[in-house]
Amino acid sequence: MVAEILQSLPQVLVDGLALGAIYAVIALGYTMVYGILELINFAHGEIFMAGAFIGVAMLILMTGMGWLAAMPAVLALILVLVVTSILTGFMGVGIERMAYRPLRNAPKLITLISAIGVSFLLQDLVRFITEYKRGNYILTGPSMFNEQFAIKFSSISSSFSDAFFKTSTIILIISVVLMMIGLDFFVNKTKWGMAMRAVAQDRETASLMSINVNKIISLTFFIGSALGGATGVLFAVQYGTIDPYIGFILGLKAFTAAVLGGIGNIRGAMAGGIMLGLLEMFAAANLQLLTGGIFGAEYKDVFAFAILIIVLIFKPEGLFGKAVTEKV
Amino acid sequence: MGIKRGLKVLAASALSLGLLAGCNASGGSGGSGGGSGKVIKIATQTPLSGGSATLGESIKLGAQLALEENKKKFEDLGYKLQLQPYDDQADPKKGVANAQLIGSDKSILGVVGHLNSGVSIPSSEVYEKYKVPMVSPANTATEVTDRGLKTVNRIVARDDFQGPAGADFAINKLGAKKIFVIQDKTAYGTGLADAFKKAAEDAGAEILGYEGITVGEKDFNGVLTQVLSKKPDLVFFGGLYTEGGQLIRQARDKGISIPFMGGDGLDSSTLVEIAGDAVENVYYTSVAADASKTSEGQDFASKYKEKFNKNVESYSAYGYDSMSVLLKGLEAAIKGSDGELPSREKVAEEVRKIQDFQGVVTKVGFDDIGDNKFAKVYIYKFSEPKYPGVQEGEISK
Repeated sequence: MVAEILQSLPQVLVDGLALGAIYAVIALGYTMVYGILELINFAHGEIFMAGAFIGVAMLILMTGMGWLAAMPAVLALILVLVVTSILTGFMGVGIERMAYRPLRNAPKLITLISAIGVSFLLQDLVRFITEYKRGNYILTGPSMFNEQFAIKFSSISSSFSDAFFKTSTIILIISVVLMMIGLDFFVNKTKWGMAMRAVAQDRETASLMSINVNKIISLTFFIGSALGGATGVLFAVQYGTIDPYIGFILGLKAFTAAVLGGIGNIRGAMAGGIMLGLLEMFAAANLQLLTGGIFGAEYKDVFAFAILIIVLIFKPEGLFGKAVTEKV
Repeated sequence: MGIKRGLKVLAASALSLGLLAGCNASGGSGGSGGGSGKVIKIATQTPLSGGSATLGESIKLGAQLALEENKKKFEDLGYKLQLQPYDDQADPKKGVANAQLIGSDKSILGVVGHLNSGVSIPSSEVYEKYKVPMVSPANTATEVTDRGLKTVNRIVARDDFQGPAGADFAINKLGAKKIFVIQDKTAYGTGLADAFKKAAEDAGAEILGYEGITVGEKDFNGVLTQVLSKKPDLVFFGGLYTEGGQLIRQARDKGISIPFMGGDGLDSSTLVEIAGDAVENVYYTSVAADASKTSEGQDFASKYKEKFNKNVESYSAYGYDSMSVLLKGLEAAIKGSDGELPSREKVAEEVRKIQDFQGVVTKVGFDDIGDNKFAKVYIYKFSEPKYPGVQEGEISK
C-alpha cells in the first residue's frame, strides 16, 4: 500500500500544489476583507469567476484580431492579467461601495445576506451576457501553454513514477507565488500596508490617527478582488473551460482554507489553501487504497473537511490564528 | 351588487351556450362519420422554441414529410390528413397543457412526441386518460414505457440498454480487458456506469476502479492519477459532456492516451469544444443512428432537403418513422372498422400491434409495454475534433 502511495506521490504533489495555489489566492481575498470588516464576502468567489470570464473574453478577442499570434504568449498573458485585475479590482470597490458600505453599521447578518445577493447577481449577469453573445454559457478559451512536461522522478528512485504537467501549471504556480510575496511585502513593509493593519486592529482609533478608513477599506477590496480576478484568468488558462458557477464551489473551499489558516491572517490563508489543495488531491488519488476500497475518490471532500474539523477542534483560531497577533 | 349579479348571469349563460355549442359540434361529427373529406389530425409535440428548438423542429418536419407522403392513401380511404404541431418548449408544464388541448380535440387521433423524456412522462399520463396513442421518436428514459401505459410507444432504445451495449462494444470490438469506471454521482451517470460495469464484469472484463467525481468541479487530476497508476485499457465515464470534456482533456495532458467511452451524455458539440484535440479516441453510445450511412437514409435526407431546404438532424428520420408507424396503425384501424372513423382506443391498439415495420432508420415492432424490439444502440467515435463523431458500430439486443 505504502509503495503504491509513494508511486503516485510526485503527481499528487504537482496537481495538489496547482489546485492549492488557486485556493490560496482566493482565500486571501476572503481573509483580507474579514480582517478589516469582519465580513464574509461571499461575492468573492464570483469576482474570481468574473475575472476568468473577462480574461477569456479578452483572449478570444485578441485571437480574433490576430494579436495573440503576433505577440509572445507570455506577454499576452501578462497584458490580460493586468487588465483583468484592474477591472475586477474596481468591481470589488464598486460592490463594497454599493452593497456593503450603506450597511456597515447594520447587524453582521444583514451584510452577509447582501453579499449572497451580490453573488447571485454576478452569476446570472455573467451567464446572461455569455449566453447572449455565444449562445452557450460554457466558455472555452483559446488553448495556451499546452506543452507537456514530465519530471523524471523515476530516475531518482524507482519507487516514484514520473509527474506530468503542462507549462500552464508552472506559470500558475509562479504567478501565485509572486502575487503572495508581493502582497506580503505590501502589507508588512509599506505605509499603506501599515494603515491597513491599523484599520484591521481598531477602525475607530485608526480614524483618529488621521487614517482615511473608507479609502483603506476600498483599497483592501481593490487588492483582494484584483488578486481574485487574476487567479480567475490563470484558472481559465489552466483548465481551459469555465462556466458562471465555478466561483461557488471554489469560493466555498477557499473560504474553508481561510478558516483553516486562521481567518484574518494573510500567511495563514496561503498555507491553508495549499494544504487543502494537497489534502484533496491526495485523498482523490489514494482514498480507495487507504480504506481498502470502501471509500472512493468521491469522498475526497469528506476527508479534507474531516481534517479541517479536527484542526479546528484543537485549534479553533486556525493554524496561524495566534502565531501572528495583527490581522489584516 | 346589482352589476355583480348581472355579470354572474352573463357568465353562466355564456358558459351554457358554450356547452351547447360543444354538444352540437360533437353530435354533428358522430352523425357524419365515414363521410368523404373528413379530417383526421395528427399532432406533433416537440420544442419549437428555446434551446432545443433545432431538434424539436427537425422531428416536426420529419413527421410532416411522412404525413404528406401518406395523404393520398388516406384520401382514397375517404379522410383528409392534417398535421397539428404543438410547441412543448421542452417544459413539462407546457407539455401537459398542450396534451389537454390535444385530448379535447376529437379529430386528433395520434401524437408524435416528445423530444424530452421529462416532458413526455407527465404528458403521456394525459394522453392515456384521453386514450390518444403516442409514438415517441426520442425518449430514452426507462420510466416512459415502464409504467405500462397502453398508449405510449417509442421507436428508440431504452437508457438501460446503453451501458450493456457500450460494454459489448468495448470488450468485443476494442478488446478492452481492464477497465476503469468513473461516474458523476448523478442518477443518470451512476445508472449508466453501473449498467456498464455489470455488463462488463459478466463479459469477463476486469474493473480496476470505480470512482466518483463532483459535478461542477473542474479539477479531476486526483482520480486521473489513479488511472495513470493502474494502467487500464479503457476508461468508461458515466456523466455529461461538461465534466467529460474536462476529464478527457486532463487525462490527455497526463499522457493517458487510451480510449475513453461514455453514453449519450457525451453526445454534444460542447464536448468537442471543451476537450479540443484531446477528444480523439473517444467513443460514445447514442440511440440515434447516422441516417446518411444507408441508401434509404440518403434518399430521406435529399427529400427532406428538397422540401424544407434544411439539412437533417439526428432525430429527423425518427420523426419520420414515428409518424409512419402511427399512420400505419391508423390505416389498420380504419380498415378494421370498415372505413368508419375509428375510435382512439382502436388506433392505439393497432399501433401497439405493429410487429414488423421497416422505417428509414429503424425497424419497428412493439413489445407489450411499447418498447421497440428492434431498437439499436449506435457507437460513435471522435477521430478528429469535429462534431458529430463517426458511427463505428451498432449493437442490437
